[in-house]
Amino acid sequence: MEAGTLVEWLIEPGDTVKRGDVIAVVETQKGAIEIEIFQTGTVHHLEAELGQKLPVGAPLAMILDEGEKAPAAPKPAPVVVEPKAAPAPPSEEAAAPPPVPPAAPPRPATPALPSGGLAASPAARHRAAEHGIDLTTVKGSGPGGVIQLGDVERIVGTTSEVAAAKPSSPMAEMRKAIAAAMSRANRDIPHLYVSQTIDLKPATEWLEKANRDREPANRLLIGALFVRAGAFAAAKVPVVNGQYHDDGFQPSKTVNAGMAVALRGGGLVAPAIMDTETLTLDETMAAMRDLVTRARAGRLRGSEMSMGTITISALGETGAEAMTGVIFPPQVALVGIGAPKRRPWVVGDAVVPRQTVTVTLSLDHRVGDGRQAARFLTEFENLMQTPEAL
Amino acid sequence: MTPQQIRAAFLEELVKVAPDIDPDTVSDDDHIQDDLELDSMDVLNLVTALHTRFGIDIPESEYTQIATPALATAYLSKAA
Repeated sequence: MEAGTLVEWLIEPGDTVKRGDVIAVVETQKGAIEIEIFQTGTVHHLEAELGQKLPVGAPLAMILDEGEKAPAAPKPAPVVVEPKAAPAPPSEEAAAPPPVPPAAPPRPATPALPSGGLAASPAARHRAAEHGIDLTTVKGSGPGGVIQLGDVERIVGTTSEVAAAKPSSPMAEMRKAIAAAMSRANRDIPHLYVSQTIDLKPATEWLEKANRDREPANRLLIGALFVRAGAFAAAKVPVVNGQYHDDGFQPSKTVNAGMAVALRGGGLVAPAIMDTETLTLDETMAAMRDLVTRARAGRLRGSEMSMGTITISALGETGAEAMTGVIFPPQVALVGIGAPKRRPWVVGDAVVPRQTVTVTLSLDHRVGDGRQAARFLTEFENLMQTPEAL
Repeated sequence: MTPQQIRAAFLEELVKVAPDIDPDTVSDDDHIQDDLELDSMDVLNLVTALHTRFGIDIPESEYTQIATPALATAYLSKAA
């Protein structure tokens, strides 16, 4: 993401805000993104205007600390379009690790589907409400039929600056965003790849048993085990976990596991689950359900889009057996997981049929070497052999 | 409920999970994963929605029995 169009303010001058609050919504090539604030204080004034197209890092508003007086001349405030590329807030040292994620909002145990089954961006909902438009009458043009601001604008019949700022369809814009990120990755990152095929029997058997007594709302998917194994392995092999910026690689103390979510109708986003290593398996599964639901409804947060420290991408239950993925910059590693396959497997001196999966780690060779990448896969494999510990 | 009502209810929940699907274009034998491209998370969300709507807890081993509208209608009619 290089720029976004401000489509909604959720604060006004005089409001008190705290770290982690969602204060604005911008529409980007990857859909609507909720922008969070990274400090606590009082809103002095808003600098950006609705409909304005803002580059990453542009100041949005001025926030005063408690007791702080407004300066005579406004200075750029640390509330910016996207936290990742922004200078760290003044209180943090320059050498600090990648931006500390904001306090994660409470996640519902069972995320609700978009109300009435309608997927619409926050901006679209807002504008529809303003004009009394019933969203069920609006045809969405976004990924998976998500109703976007432009769809509502067309019904309102006004050609606002926001609508005019959209040069092509949301899907074309998303392809452009993917093209830009992947071209950058292939241009800047010398990828190295290591693969390992692992036995899935312990995981599938454990999962089957665990799900037998669970209601559908509480069931687990094998994807949740992959995310946990990936997060724990990343915590043990720090060279795969972090971000690479102009000043080099910054390992992260926490694992924000990005999860590649294919959008129906095409397109891909990889929002991150913050602090994955501190969650339980059930919390991880709930977070994944929540992310997929919000990704499809166009309600992801800026931090989720920019603070990932490693991405896990699984092809799903059927399809190709292995995937050699492109790293999602500024991250330095991507775990590509193929579709599970039944294969002959050697156990002791016998060959037996087993459910297996091939896991491929793509690693930035500027940061680490094949040996470290292989160690990650060994950790991943060992973790998948004791699923009860995940 | 008649089989027609059950089929309609199944499609309604399916479309909530995948809003881009036009229920009028779904045929009885369309496979929810192979033809309609639901992934494992979508299938779980559909099973969860059917549990809420019909009170039927479909075990994992029986997911294949709701793989098409025709199969699902027969399965849900029997279980309801």
